[in-house]
Amino acid sequence: MKQLLSKKNLFLLAVIAVIYAVLFALDAQGFFSRQAKALLVPIGINIILAVSLSLIVGFLGELSLGHAGFMSVGAYTGCMLTVNLDLPMYIELPLAMLMGGIVAAIFGVIIGIPALRLRGDYLAIVTLAFGEIIRSIFNNLSVVGGSGGLNGIPKYSNYTIVYIMLVITIIVITNLVNSRHGRAICSIRDNKIAAESMGIPVVYYKLLAFVVAAFFAGIAGVLYGHNLGILKPSTFDFNKSIEILVMVVMGGMGSIPGSVIAALLITVLPEILRGLQDYRMLIYAVVLIVMMLLNNNAKFNSFKQRVFSKKAKKQGADLAKEGE
Amino acid sequence: MSLLEVKNLGIHFGGLRAVDGFNVSIEQGSLYGLIGPNGAGKTTVFNLLTGVYQPTAGTFFLDGENLTGHSTMEISHRGIARTFQNIRLFTKMSVLDNVKVGLHRHVKYSLASGIFRLPSYFRDEQELNERARKLLEVFDLYGEKDFLASNLPYGKQRKLEIARALATSPKLLLLDEPAAGMNPNETAELMETIRFVRDEFNMTILLIEHDMKLVSGICEEITVLNFGQMLAQGKPSDVLNDPKVVVAYLGE
Repeated sequence: MKQLLSKKNLFLLAVIAVIYAVLFALDAQGFFSRQAKALLVPIGINIILAVSLSLIVGFLGELSLGHAGFMSVGAYTGCMLTVNLDLPMYIELPLAMLMGGIVAAIFGVIIGIPALRLRGDYLAIVTLAFGEIIRSIFNNLSVVGGSGGLNGIPKYSNYTIVYIMLVITIIVITNLVNSRHGRAICSIRDNKIAAESMGIPVVYYKLLAFVVAAFFAGIAGVLYGHNLGILKPSTFDFNKSIEILVMVVMGGMGSIPGSVIAALLITVLPEILRGLQDYRMLIYAVVLIVMMLLNNNAKFNSFKQRVFSKKAKKQGADLAKEGE
Repeated sequence: MSLLEVKNLGIHFGGLRAVDGFNVSIEQGSLYGLIGPNGAGKTTVFNLLTGVYQPTAGTFFLDGENLTGHSTMEISHRGIARTFQNIRLFTKMSVLDNVKVGLHRHVKYSLASGIFRLPSYFRDEQELNERARKLLEVFDLYGEKDFLASNLPYGKQRKLEIARALATSPKLLLLDEPAAGMNPNETAELMETIRFVRDEFNMTILLIEHDMKLVSGICEEITVLNFGQMLAQGKPSDVLNDPKVVVAYLGE
């Protein structure tokens, strides 16, 4: 308990509360336009998606192009539940999120199993195929509305609920990464053979990363469905998966704050650039290329470290001393 | 009963007999050397003993337990740890975390207590930090604990690999060319470290090395491999003067 209430944690808690309060107050003052207000929930959902995918891409080091697939499985499961059940919202929505997450996690296991044998490009193709297969199944499944979409979903998602889920996602994944289990996942990324030689159960931890990521993608899907009120299979296409991947890559793989900022930018940017709609994809590409170049640039990295990290500062100083 | 007992171990890749009829028995607490010219099959022996390759012939026992056919992970759990010829550290993780991955199995807190930060998380992490600190201090690496492993100088990376292997609390430690790329001073220091590890942890060590000074300096017994076959076995002074060994290294 004492450790949980450390200064750092209390500070983080305060930050979380302040961000919420500020946004809430701004909203109450009518500061946001209708457009801006409509963006709050999608921003939150995209942050959940990006942070969960970063567990696979950034920490496990595998390329997954099927995150929209996990999202759609969760979305359809959760939304079918609320459409068919007749319970008060505060029971129905948590139940829908839980079920959506669990079913998505089961698909995470199914996709995780080939991941044990495949690496890199080959695994990317499997996950890509998974996303497309799921989409065509929903397209042809009349129970969930087929290509016309699933209608009449109650619009439960609001800013508060999404904010809570987003905070939970970030906390769970950050804590996971900073535990012995997270270290095992990162060790597989850095060197699989060495990880095995250290006695790390590689199979278990690969599956774990997929399951946890899929679970939160499922929850994001449920929130998405209850935000729009309608689910269409075509929204969960390849482009959506790539969009989430772009957020993770742009945020600097293996950095959770990076993923959060990138998700925010990528959701907001198209709205800001609304006037330049035609050039959106062009700017997207340019931003990505610039990020890639910068992330692999030694000078920029040392600049970043100098500015942001005390630990790195000390390390840089030590290295410089050794060099002399 | 010796700690490691290898009987007639062999592997062939197609028609190539990489290792054939390898026999060795290593006593608890000894320092054993495995030498031979390039391509003799030394690293292949290590890969067989750690389950990276499955032998096509023969068996090996650790502490009386048959480990032939086990996976790399299981063999690590049973008590064989190794370092690699081409260093394989977890490069994007800190020095401390590298050792903590080695200690993975020595604390048991669950996934839930990791995620929800239950008391067992803090207790076990503290224990991990403490054990990792002790190991890093042995190798004089504690001052660099927050460095990324890839930022360490070469010699220290080799040391960190040994520290990480020791973190798994093995019964047998396999060192694959620990002195490769080191200058004479670093090699001398490494010899001291290896000896210290053996005495301090009562470790049994099998090492591959090309540096004859190191081999004859610390190994109590050595085996020479050439083209996958055993050429000689015995005390360093005898073996290194064996005409067959001289021919294998220098030619007729």
